[in-house]
Amino acid sequence: MAESIQTQDRKLRTEEMVIQMGPQHPSTHGVLRLEVTVEGEIVTHVKPYIGYLHRCFEKHAEQMGNYSQVIPYVDRMDYVAAMSMEWSYVLGMERMLGIQVPERVEYIRVIMAELQRIASHTIAIGTFGLDLGAFTPFLFLLRDREMILEIFERTCGARLLYNYFWIGGLSHDVPLDFVDSTRQFCTQFKKTIVEVNNLLSYNEIFIKRTANVGILPANVAINYAASGPVLRGSGVDWDLRRDDHYSIYNRFDWQPQIGKGERGTLGDCWDRYIVRCREMEQSVKIIEQAIEQLPDGDVQSAIPKRIRPNASEIYIRTEAPRGELGFYIVSDGSGSPYRVKGRSSSFVNLSVLPEITRGYMIADLVAILGSIDIVLGEIDR
Amino acid sequence: MDKFLTDILGSEIFAYIIIAILPLLFIVPYALFAVWLERKLSAFMQDRLGPMYTGGWHGWAQTVADIIKLIQKEDIVPSAANKKLHLIAPFLVFVGSYAAFAAIPFSSEYIGSHLNLGVFFIIAVSSLVVVGLLMAGWAANNKWSLLGAMRAAAQIVSYEIPIALALLAVIMIAQTLNLQEINQMQSGWFWNWFIFAKFPFVFLAFLIYFVASLAEVNRTPFDIPEAESELVAGYHTEYTGMKFAMFFLAEYANMFAVSAIAAAVFLGGWNSPFGDFMSGPIWGVFWFVTKGMFFIVVQMWLRWTLPRTRVDQLMYISWKVLTPWAFVCIFAIGLWMVLQ
Amino acid sequence: MSPQEILNKLTEKFADAIVEAKVEGVLEPYAKVKVESIREISSLMRDDSDLQFDTLMCLSGMDYGKGILGVVYNLGSIAKKHKFTLKIEISVEAANVSSVESVWRTADWHEREAFDLFGIVFTDHPDLRRILLPDDWEGYPLRKDYQVQEFYHGMKVPY
Repeated sequence: MAESIQTQDRKLRTEEMVIQMGPQHPSTHGVLRLEVTVEGEIVTHVKPYIGYLHRCFEKHAEQMGNYSQVIPYVDRMDYVAAMSMEWSYVLGMERMLGIQVPERVEYIRVIMAELQRIASHTIAIGTFGLDLGAFTPFLFLLRDREMILEIFERTCGARLLYNYFWIGGLSHDVPLDFVDSTRQFCTQFKKTIVEVNNLLSYNEIFIKRTANVGILPANVAINYAASGPVLRGSGVDWDLRRDDHYSIYNRFDWQPQIGKGERGTLGDCWDRYIVRCREMEQSVKIIEQAIEQLPDGDVQSAIPKRIRPNASEIYIRTEAPRGELGFYIVSDGSGSPYRVKGRSSSFVNLSVLPEITRGYMIADLVAILGSIDIVLGEIDR
Repeated sequence: MDKFLTDILGSEIFAYIIIAILPLLFIVPYALFAVWLERKLSAFMQDRLGPMYTGGWHGWAQTVADIIKLIQKEDIVPSAANKKLHLIAPFLVFVGSYAAFAAIPFSSEYIGSHLNLGVFFIIAVSSLVVVGLLMAGWAANNKWSLLGAMRAAAQIVSYEIPIALALLAVIMIAQTLNLQEINQMQSGWFWNWFIFAKFPFVFLAFLIYFVASLAEVNRTPFDIPEAESELVAGYHTEYTGMKFAMFFLAEYANMFAVSAIAAAVFLGGWNSPFGDFMSGPIWGVFWFVTKGMFFIVVQMWLRWTLPRTRVDQLMYISWKVLTPWAFVCIFAIGLWMVLQ
Repeated sequence: MSPQEILNKLTEKFADAIVEAKVEGVLEPYAKVKVESIREISSLMRDDSDLQFDTLMCLSGMDYGKGILGVVYNLGSIAKKHKFTLKIEISVEAANVSSVESVWRTADWHEREAFDLFGIVFTDHPDLRRILLPDDWEGYPLRKDYQVQEFYHGMKVPY
């Protein structure tokens, strides 16, 4: 009798199945391949394969022959948040050259970077909702992102890849209606945040899908060097804008947002999601203050004629929308960089994925991937 | 109506063929309209325009153009697929949903088949869809399809129970399984509809039926068998052209079938809500289709508002929420009828 | 802690492992250490209650030319809010470094990248494969003397 039950058991044992999620899959947010081992619907192991979008950024930077020509390449790292990418590189170069940029440039940079953060987060939140089957918030958010892109387009002529931040200044001054259109955007966007909160953030089904899913404890997040909303979602109060003292963020009244585990466990998908939502509110707050204080001046007065830093090196990091964006720039005293390493936030954040997906369902895997918010251009460089 | 047709045509067989084809003549234009409506409604909700060019007025011909495109498309069958099952599956799915129309009374004069077991027949025959879906998922030899098919099978089988129990609540009151008779019982003003009978228990049964029917036709928030962000496209991942169109047609036919049952059983079917006002066989069709379309619009509204649940949550809703409450309804109505 | 204090602390424990150090007059204070002791130093950096370098912000491979490769570890501390840089140098012929993956899990992918682009082999790494380039790519592109291969699966590579 016991034996027959055993044989029955053996017959019933389900086989593990390996499925390839990607490179063409609607919710991998680009060309990412996940080799997922599943037992029924339960994920037992995930192995990410990246590199499909590798464009040899680091090699290009070395062979460019010029420091400022690297900026367009930096744009193409995270094409969803190109302004923030530029800022990190440009800031690193300015520190190496010892340039102090004019006040007006600092303010415009802050406004642009925060607008970019909102634009990037709208994509993050929207596609996260999309992954969970909520289509409408995505389009609401894209509608408002369009306003930001229009502001960018009027400022520098490009909608996605700007080449706007130059070493020591900006490529153009802002257009005349910049202040008005930015204010208009802020008013409109505050309404949208409320709308999205009603439609998505506090939707019971959405909370059921995201709370207690993909829990990333704070110590694991730190050990994996996760950053940005992923780190803050785990309850670590760490924002480079405040803690690394770059630019003029200390002049504004704002608070870094951290996850509190309100709807489930600290560090779950909902926490990572809501941190982004609240960060957008804070960004609007910063933009409104910066717009008020925007001083006059020449945005190109500090641009050096010849960019040739002494033999030195720097690791610069800024708070990009997806987290800590670092550039390790080494100069050998010549006119082109000796080595530029891009430490991209998505690259590091994605490496935590196998750790936090074990034991969840395929549907949760999609949610977790969405809550990490990756951009493959930045991962593969 | 069958007698009338037999008299004209002089042959029962031709009469029945015409009667059998009538719902198809309804379903195809309805599906084209419903797809267009869905796109327009979603566009309206999402602050955009939707199709605007094809055909001139608000892109009315967009879905017609889509169908023409689908017909012209190459029919791709994966080389590792089981070709026969791959071919049969979409038709089986459509047969399952189309057969249900046989017992649906569109008007006091028109019903495909005067079945005494109407409700029972619909519940039974729509289970055929599961076989088709499993077949489609299995035959395509694609892991995503298989996962989608497994989900679909589990989901539809589980949700048939609350559906059957909710309908049973009404059948206990009506004492018949014939949908035509159920409709006749609800004639008169709208307070005669079964949804208001034995208040609030039938109303509860109606809610259970509606939620479960969303799952039965794989609509958001229960569209997990074809959750495009998880399973690419679920069981119809490997289908192209006309076969894919068949799945599409079956899905929309199914949507109408469940809405029609809700209308017939709970909302008086072809009866006018206002007694004799605007009633009669022709107005009956109008009222019936209007009530059915109302539910379809609600389904679309939900789809573009809600996110999707997870597999285990879906099962939880079926087995631990809807089914026990359906039992409560049946018990309460039974008790009420005994005590009366 | 100031960079000087961090360096003092390091010298205290690993006096003979530190090859070169510079904390004044540079943008990134660093200590160049011996390859053999990188793992122990890393563990100390993480675990010491005064240092608490809980994150490895960045790990970069380097090619210093003349057959010398290197690895740069940019360490940061969330708890203490200070930064420090460790460097090692190795020769191309014996490009073996012990992995710090067990100290900071984030090093996993960074080390794979350094292996991929520089050919630095990290011993004890759990899963040392190419990460950005195809598995059958020849050579290590970020080395200064890299020559691109003529054909890859029949496709001409140099354009």
